[in-house]
Amino acid sequence: MPAHESDRLIGRRGLIATGLAGSAFLLAPPARAQGTTATGSAVIDVSRARAAPIPIAIPDLGGSPLGAQIAQVITADLANCGLFRPLPASSFIQAGPSGSGMPNFQNWRVTGAQALVTGSVEGGGSSVRVEFRLWDVLPQQQIQGTAYTTSAANWRRIAHIIADVIYQRLLGEKGYFDTRIVYVANTGPRSRRIKRLAIMDQDSANNRYLTDGTWMVLTPRFHPTRDEIAFMSYANNRPRVYMFNLASGRQQVLGDFNGMTFAPRFSPDGNSVIMSVAHGGGSDIVEVGLNGGGMRRLTNSGAIDTSPCFSPDGSQIVFNSDRGGDQQLYIMGAGGGGAKRISFGNGRYATPVWSPRGDLIAFTRLSGSTFAIGVMAPDGTGERILSESFAVEGPTFCPNGRVIMFWRETPASSRSGAGYSTRLVSIDITGFNERQVPTATDASDPAWSPLAE
Amino acid sequence: MNAKLIAAFAAIALLAACSHSNEGAATGSGATAATAGPAPGSEEDLVKNVGDRVFFAFNSSSIDGDARSTLDRQSDWLQRYQQVGVQVAGNCDERGTEEYNLALGQRRANAARDYLVAKGVSGARITTISYGKDRPVALGSDEQAWAQNRNAITSVK
Repeated sequence: MPAHESDRLIGRRGLIATGLAGSAFLLAPPARAQGTTATGSAVIDVSRARAAPIPIAIPDLGGSPLGAQIAQVITADLANCGLFRPLPASSFIQAGPSGSGMPNFQNWRVTGAQALVTGSVEGGGSSVRVEFRLWDVLPQQQIQGTAYTTSAANWRRIAHIIADVIYQRLLGEKGYFDTRIVYVANTGPRSRRIKRLAIMDQDSANNRYLTDGTWMVLTPRFHPTRDEIAFMSYANNRPRVYMFNLASGRQQVLGDFNGMTFAPRFSPDGNSVIMSVAHGGGSDIVEVGLNGGGMRRLTNSGAIDTSPCFSPDGSQIVFNSDRGGDQQLYIMGAGGGGAKRISFGNGRYATPVWSPRGDLIAFTRLSGSTFAIGVMAPDGTGERILSESFAVEGPTFCPNGRVIMFWRETPASSRSGAGYSTRLVSIDITGFNERQVPTATDASDPAWSPLAE
Repeated sequence: MNAKLIAAFAAIALLAACSHSNEGAATGSGATAATAGPAPGSEEDLVKNVGDRVFFAFNSSSIDGDARSTLDRQSDWLQRYQQVGVQVAGNCDERGTEEYNLALGQRRANAARDYLVAKGVSGARITTISYGKDRPVALGSDEQAWAQNRNAITSVK
């Protein structure tokens, strides 16, 4: 029987995780140190998984019909990230759902699976217990064993958390499946587009609309720790940055400015927002404290300074400005001043966002008849274009910095606007595994949430 | 939707006529306007007989010759109808990024407002707003549509 090693609260909706000590429970994943395949371990790293996705078997979890649904969500998460190759159930020797016991490794080995997920679901309603184990098939070792207790309504979230654990144990870095996307849902004719704030799970499930479309909204961004969003709204025809509290639904204008405010982003500590304020013929970047803090102006160039984004350590800000003639990327200290241009490629550069890992800045490049999403080092070197088309825009990083989401417009094919659409797209930062993200309506302005702690 | 679309194009067609010859446009519409013309000082009057919008070059907020003559007429009209307040909305084509275009649209609205103020219209009568690239009047994805969408549109409040 599994021993209960630890209990802790890990979720925003009351989820308890309990470690399971299996027959061969290992704290450290095997074989990472040498990166060797001598044992045929499923434990590798992200670069190797990009070249050869990890073959993994995820039979239905036993004990309840929920077990099959959980297995499906785990399978989709792992398949969509491009680093795993979930095997089709038709290739399984052992039919039917798994359970709590030790697997017959021989049966799984012949399917080609290097990793195996087993588990079971007990209870229901307000208390469901999902037990899962991750196995390294060739060395025949348990890599992870955890039981989650929560309400059955949280089943999708448990599946995402399990997928994150699998990602972390096999690839050595945190996953990003237990996350959400806030975006702008676009409906109606383009000349009078209805734009509503919407939020969904990272896999497009649990979509809901946060505003009713009365006023146009743009550019939502997640708070780094709280269930709060900064966004721009045209409420009462006064375009301003607002805060939206996800728990209460309450909206509150941020700061008190005569001119339009736009392009908000939170500081990494969540204590302030940097954004643009229209000022004369240009726009300045200001920082507004959230906890009764004041306002300070960070740029005053007379040019258009916008789309500011902090470095993850909070020490620097990247933004775009036309102070040198056309739109380019600049970096300055977090207190303002000393702005230094970093983009020198062919075209205009916009919407810089700093990777949570700190090593890359993603951007939109506008040149000639195409727009592109790319990345460069913070010193401007190593520019790589990931995706290019008629119009792509607005990259946002997933919490571990491995995937970027952005939006892509399909141009109108006629003067009536027919054929125009805008959709969310995700892509690995190396440029592989580009996918359209399903949304019920046209969609733009995606922002990836942090991982729930 | 189709009706609105046609209305939008009709307004643009009229404007094009206006910008070349204000006189001609005024007399051209005179025959029908005499019986069912727009109320003086109204939004319709502004659109039909004055010209409600000016256009800009790509990524520019400079008021060129055509724009100047339209704004001169707007200024005259605003001085004739002192009770009228207006909003100037700046717009951009789709060949830019959303946030930058919000600022560029504001810059265009400000440029049109500043011109009117320089001509003697009280700044207190004019508000500005930018819709960036989010309120296109022409729905195509070609240079002709983009040229129409790079504008500042004056409307009666």
